[in-house]
Amino acid sequence: MTERPDYKAFPDQRGHFGQFGGRFVSETLMAALDELETMYRRLKDDPQFQADFDYDLAHYVGRPSPLYLAERWSEQLGGARVWLKREDLNHTGAHKVNNTIGQALLAKHMGKKRVIAETGAGQHGVASATVAARLGLECHVFMGEEDIRRQRLNVYRMKLLGAEVIPVTSGSRTLKDAMNEAMRDWVTNVDDTFYIIGTVAGPHPYPMLVRDFQSVIGREAREQSLKQAGKLPDALVACVGGGSNAIGLFHPFLEDEGVAMYGVEAAGDGVDTGRHAAPLTAGRPGVLHGNRTYLMEDESGQIIETHSVSAGLDYPGVGPEHSWLKDIGRVNYVAADDQEALAAFRELTRVEGIMPALESAHALAYARKLAPTMSADQNLIVNLSGRGDKDILTVADIDGIEF
Amino acid sequence: MSRIQACFEQLNTSGRKALIPYITAGDPNREVTVPVMHAMVEAGADIIELGVPFSDPMADGPVIQKACERALESGTSLRDVLAMVAEFRRRDDRTPVVLMGYLNPVEAMGYETFADACVSAGVDGVLLVDLPPEECEDIVPRFRQRGVDLIFLVAPTTTDERIRRIGEAASGYLYYVSLKGVTGAATLNVEEVASRVETIRNLAQLPIGVGFGIKDAASARAVSRVADGVVVGSALVNQIAANAQRTEAIAPAVAAVLADMRSAMDE
Ligand SMILES: Cc1ncc(COP(=O)(O)O)c(C=O)c1O
Repeated sequence: MTERPDYKAFPDQRGHFGQFGGRFVSETLMAALDELETMYRRLKDDPQFQADFDYDLAHYVGRPSPLYLAERWSEQLGGARVWLKREDLNHTGAHKVNNTIGQALLAKHMGKKRVIAETGAGQHGVASATVAARLGLECHVFMGEEDIRRQRLNVYRMKLLGAEVIPVTSGSRTLKDAMNEAMRDWVTNVDDTFYIIGTVAGPHPYPMLVRDFQSVIGREAREQSLKQAGKLPDALVACVGGGSNAIGLFHPFLEDEGVAMYGVEAAGDGVDTGRHAAPLTAGRPGVLHGNRTYLMEDESGQIIETHSVSAGLDYPGVGPEHSWLKDIGRVNYVAADDQEALAAFRELTRVEGIMPALESAHALAYARKLAPTMSADQNLIVNLSGRGDKDILTVADIDGIEF
Repeated sequence: MSRIQACFEQLNTSGRKALIPYITAGDPNREVTVPVMHAMVEAGADIIELGVPFSDPMADGPVIQKACERALESGTSLRDVLAMVAEFRRRDDRTPVVLMGYLNPVEAMGYETFADACVSAGVDGVLLVDLPPEECEDIVPRFRQRGVDLIFLVAPTTTDERIRRIGEAASGYLYYVSLKGVTGAATLNVEEVASRVETIRNLAQLPIGVGFGIKDAASARAVSRVADGVVVGSALVNQIAANAQRTEAIAPAVAAVLADMRSAMDE
């Protein structure tokens, strides 16, 4: 038996989680990343910074988010008691805002007047535009043309919030290309611009700081579980795009050996079809967007196009900490396809009156299989990372309904 | 002595500066590249930077992004690029060739295999844009042992301490990125470049090539007054894009731009 790693000691000084992570960017950005890391390491242990962060989470975001026992759904599934961590009730409708609040505070401390962000589903773009509006910062959001079409409600929300949405027409016109374009902007405007990355990917220190900001999800859930269920949960389930909502839930539980964890990737049309977004399930390690991680790539190392009904999971990479947690066997990574996610979306809406985001529906789809294999005295927590309002047009399209 | 070192020494004795053109291999098809390389040498190129196409060229502007897309469309892989260099070497054993690109295709091939393939193809140097010295401490020796130079970027934002560290990891030459931005971006400020190059010279013992923002004979000439080499990319790739439908016109068009730069630099 190998010794259990000290999870809190990761990443190491250079941002590595085992062989994953790191800082693979062009030279121009190295100084900016050093500066960000120095600032973050200083502020992270500054009680005033933590107090400001906690204040915003409580009074602006509306935390803590409830841990809700989905009684009717649990009964229907016939197994574990299923609890939903209600990130959908946050201001702006998803977990993304936990992170943008934190990064906006960093931007403020660093005196940056302009923020940029990449977005897929638009939730991170909305969350970035929201904090920018509140702090009076200029905000540019990069978004793939394909996603602009799929998520036009969020595009309009960002515009109402005063952000400029910049369509990205290169490559596959989705999240990865938006991230490329945001990096290009950052290289060009590095002096006055703060890049708010929306997930636990990107170069060090982003995977670390986004994880830390999102860990409020798991800290709350742990406390709530002890209080409401009287014990720690038996299993955690979260969807994995870049992996920020999943790591946020998982991280505070990593040392609790009895807690099983499942990260659910998007299987799109099915992992066997090649049309999916499941790098941990079907990819291999490589380097993209500043870190080494599992990627979807062809034999010659070109990144391949992903497919998922949910724009927020349509990404060929994944946060490096997940790659590490997969390899050391602490977290199980599984996949749910478009059909399973849509079925779970409809089911939760009808049975609990909660309409989940299509991203979160992937986690629900797996929970639906897992819960019946567990016993009635066991508890399962699903991260309901966001609400489904933004996806109504997508689902209506699938149903053949036009407005 | 490596081809790159020999090249700079020879230029030094004749009081000239290196003209270093960049094109993306396989743009717009795989047959064009080697003839264009020869044409560039005839037009006065001293070192060739051959771009390895990548699906996500994060440090490149729209011109080279499109070149990558065309090259990938024509099916160009890292193996193909290596084969092009081998073919180029059949007629040219003197001009150094540097592969420039992103890390992932190399990761996919494996460092050991790639370094061996560089040697057998006749590649002299490798510049991986998203591989800073911190992340390649164990990789540097594998290239060193084989006599393949690892070339690194230095940016306007690079601190003195990092310039020193980069100078230790690098061999062949240093590539100074003249501006904050992506390839093909706005014009460079020659005075600023001159003062930065001076700083770099004091911290590292390698020839310095300057790239990004060199568009025409005038900017090539200005930069050649302060640096050891002038790297030109987007201005050439624009010629390839403009003639993508008439590929026989590409070599002369690229050569014409370079010849202009060469004579302006040698004036
Ligand atoms: C509601 C929701 N859940 C999940 C995700 C996926 O991101 P991550 O894996 O970083 O949590 C997104 C991304 O847009 C989202 O909007």
